[in-house]
Amino acid sequence: MRIGDAKQTYEADEAIWTSNTQKLWFGLLLLILLLFPFMADSYLLYLGCLVGIAVISTTGLNILTGFTGLISLGQAGFMGVGAYTVAWLSLNTGLPFPVTLLLAGLMAAAVGILVGLPSLRVKGLYLAIATLAASVFLHFIFAEWESVTGGMGGLSLEPAHLFGWTFQSDFRMYFIIVPLAVLMVFAARNVLRTRVGRAFIAIRDRDISAEILGINLLRYKLMSFALSSFYAGVAGGLFAYFYRVVTPESFPLSMSIFYLAAVIVGGMGNLLGGILGAAFMTLVPEALKLLTAALTPFYPNAPVFMSPMLEIIFGALIVGFLIFEPHGLAEIWHRIRRFFRLWPFRN
Amino acid sequence: MSILEISDLSLSFGGVKALQDVSFRVPENTVTTIIGPNGAGKTSLFNCISGFYKPQQGTIRYEGRELSSGIKPPKRAALGLARTFQNIALFRGMTVLDNIKLGAHVHMNSGLLASMFYFGAARREEMEVRREVEHRIIDFLEIDHIRRQPVASLSYGLQKRVELARALAMRPKVLMLDEPVAGMNREEKEDMARFILDIREEWGVTVLMVEHDMGMVMDISDHIAVLNFGQVITEGEPADVQKNPEVIKAYLGNSDIDSLRRKLNPQGEAA
Repeated sequence: MRIGDAKQTYEADEAIWTSNTQKLWFGLLLLILLLFPFMADSYLLYLGCLVGIAVISTTGLNILTGFTGLISLGQAGFMGVGAYTVAWLSLNTGLPFPVTLLLAGLMAAAVGILVGLPSLRVKGLYLAIATLAASVFLHFIFAEWESVTGGMGGLSLEPAHLFGWTFQSDFRMYFIIVPLAVLMVFAARNVLRTRVGRAFIAIRDRDISAEILGINLLRYKLMSFALSSFYAGVAGGLFAYFYRVVTPESFPLSMSIFYLAAVIVGGMGNLLGGILGAAFMTLVPEALKLLTAALTPFYPNAPVFMSPMLEIIFGALIVGFLIFEPHGLAEIWHRIRRFFRLWPFRN
Repeated sequence: MSILEISDLSLSFGGVKALQDVSFRVPENTVTTIIGPNGAGKTSLFNCISGFYKPQQGTIRYEGRELSSGIKPPKRAALGLARTFQNIALFRGMTVLDNIKLGAHVHMNSGLLASMFYFGAARREEMEVRREVEHRIIDFLEIDHIRRQPVASLSYGLQKRVELARALAMRPKVLMLDEPVAGMNREEKEDMARFILDIREEWGVTVLMVEHDMGMVMDISDHIAVLNFGQVITEGEPADVQKNPEVIKAYLGNSDIDSLRRKLNPQGEAA
């Protein structure tokens, strides 16, 4: 319930949380995220880490595709750049993980800027094809540049370490991945409520108008590419530390599509949507597998029948969302919020 | 003193001559209006001034310096040339407030890193802009009740007003308005005319507009240039322009006033 929401200062009016109720709920969420690894079994912990990595990468792609309006099929390639950077650095230097992750992000950002260069001239689906070409090219480099990437066999790396700590278990990785995901989502939120983020949205909504307001299109499009691939690079770096092996097949094209689908299912141009989309895309296939396991005692043939069905059900769920909830999962959340805004004093 | 001087401007698309040797001047701190029938080249002229079209010939001088085609639209915006569009060009996905803040883009400095961190420099700058937008623009244009609404949900008249607000946030020296009152009802037109006059008087901004509503044009303009088939027929004060036979011909067709009167009222001639 929220009533009497008057603000005295512009600072208070432009804060992320404008009411105590919101702060309370967010504190509760942080508490749950903190306590989760102590309660969860290894399987849930594994899923938690995967969702964290997916949230970072999806948030990055959401900045580029959802907020700047540039469709990219290169996200997996950028993650690959980050993962290989981390793997190479940890094999060849003794740098601690915060440094390697930062460098992974910067390396991916640099590649992102190169890939983004055609974006001034090509838009929409044409840009998607250009980024697709870039991701094929990156895949080729991962597979063929054996002296650096280890070729098809890939690279294996040591666990992340910092000040004598090693992050070998999923339990410890959780405490790297999730706080980083929270921080990076906040950084994205901050970008999007200030000058740079407004320029991104302006380019998405009407680029001629953006130019007339003094926004340099190339500069901001490249900035968006850089930021988005920085997120992908960090996510890829975490991926490398999490699985501790990186091969060209770790980042297939279908992964780029996975992230694009996460952005669309969650809600384009909505950070919360990206988070929900990442969780949905990661967890639903797992939930379907659990369902199969649960059905097996009653129908012994369930695994034979269900395993080819899983992909179909997953696909149908996505199509269903696009038809019945075109603004994504975030819209469902907003509807719930609207319902409770004046609750219990409705009408 | 003229803040904007157009000399011998020619622009053609293939065989179509949109502008031919167009010359006129915009005196500083005036409301200057370009009128002319549809297709006369008014919007093309605007696009040349704001840098979207590159004229084949001629010069545009702004504050005494030449705007060559190397000076791109974003740079021209930073120099103080703001404009609105004939068909509203707001950012539909954003609120009114964010649209207006975008106008201040060139006057802000926060880069990517400062924005990510937010607290400190970026926040201070955001709040300064918010304060300026609230005090100088939102109050002035009387749009405080809609500041939180997405622009797509607003009426046409209000959208035009928000577009004007966004242009004002650019702190322009010359404000170019492309048909500011088209499609408005009488009350909205009167409001807009009042705003335009106040912008000139209180803000000291030179207004250059294209408009078809002759009543309003004659009421608020200090200086008028008439364009027909890509050429300037005449320029001058409203009263002089109104009497100019060339202008009457351009608007009413190829016949003089007397013969038109005769056509409309044959009995009168017989009597």
